[in-house]
Amino acid sequence: MNAIVTLPLVHAERAALVRRRRDSACAELWNALDAVKDPEIPVLSLYDLGVLRDIRRAADGVTVVLSPTYSGCPAMETMEADVRRQLLAAGVRQVVIERALSPPWTTDWMDARARLALKDYGIAPPDTVCCPQCGSHDASVVSDFGSTACKALYRCNACLEPFDHFKPL
Amino acid sequence: MNDTDSLLTRYAIRLGDDAMVHGQRLCEWSSNAPTLEEDLALANVALDYLGRARMLYSLAGNLCGQSEDELAFTRDTRAFQNLLILELPRGDFAFTLVRQFLLDEFEHLFFDALTASANEMLAAIAGKTRKEVAYHRRRSQEWLRRFGLGTAESARRAQAALDTLWGYVDEMFAVDDLEATLIAEGIAADRAVLRATWQAAVTHAIEAAALTVPDTTWRIEGGRQGLHTEHLGHLLSEMQFMQRAYPGLSW
Ligand SMILES: [Zn+2]
Repeated sequence: MNAIVTLPLVHAERAALVRRRRDSACAELWNALDAVKDPEIPVLSLYDLGVLRDIRRAADGVTVVLSPTYSGCPAMETMEADVRRQLLAAGVRQVVIERALSPPWTTDWMDARARLALKDYGIAPPDTVCCPQCGSHDASVVSDFGSTACKALYRCNACLEPFDHFKPL
Repeated sequence: MNDTDSLLTRYAIRLGDDAMVHGQRLCEWSSNAPTLEEDLALANVALDYLGRARMLYSLAGNLCGQSEDELAFTRDTRAFQNLLILELPRGDFAFTLVRQFLLDEFEHLFFDALTASANEMLAAIAGKTRKEVAYHRRRSQEWLRRFGLGTAESARRAQAALDTLWGYVDEMFAVDDLEATLIAEGIAADRAVLRATWQAAVTHAIEAAALTVPDTTWRIEGGRQGLHTEHLGHLLSEMQFMQRAYPGLSW
């Protein structure tokens, strides 16, 4: 007999992030940073990805905590520069960026809305390999590494279109 | 700087050197790989190593007052502490992937152990690295099978790579005084105790690929003391060229 397993819909770290934002004293800064997207996936904000972990007011400005996706991800530098630019434009005087490595970033930190946005953008979300064009699960891996560190390249055997899969990490 | 910090600095630098030198070797494949997919894969794996080197050099640099760039680009061969196996020229595609396989099987165990480090930063880097290694390992295991069970030529090349590399693997498990002290303090991972598990996993995979575990008896070590093969100097001369020619250059 199979045990019935209930999976939480939202990862505990994601839930903690949502609470942190909700209870934050600087809601306007969280809102301002919603405009900062992943430079390679412009439909997802850093908050959607779970890369933006916290915003704290410091003595002379603001400290922003970011979790890198892959250790060598070249997009991190762009993300940091974009966060800095956005907050300075919002009137913050000084921006300090902290990189938090622990707990390590995981694709589980993306919520259902982010996964849907990925799919609509043409990238199969991490959960299952499913063709974003036709929905078929019949796909072959073309390359374990795709156009960026976080993606793998597949080909759909039903509609024959190639597609990127956001690798579960 | 107290004694522990000084040892920790040296430990982070040697682990950083391992990642830096190996990442550089992998980078050499960019635009030279046998297929476009492999070109992407090698470059992406190289990026993971480069990112790892940066995290470890930052950790060391914060303690010893040097920047990542100074550590990577202004030290000479005798100051580099990487394992010798990582500085060997990239060879053919089989050599690169067989070395990656031997390394992945080791790193998979090593970084798992290092997540228990008493040093929070080191444990966090290990936690991050462990996940990336799992993905690398899946790919290098797959390639070992393909070489071994592919054509006579691919099997011959994979076996030649194993035979060349085998004398260098012992160094991956060697614990010197520096590491022994840090192991006692709960900061370093004990690589010596990983040997038996590694040997069993590697033997199983090599035999499943219809290849042979080499019976070579020669052994070579020295990287941790800065005693390198002739190859490291050539690697550094290319990697460090810009900082040597234009000291302090930044993007
Ligand atoms: Zn399809």
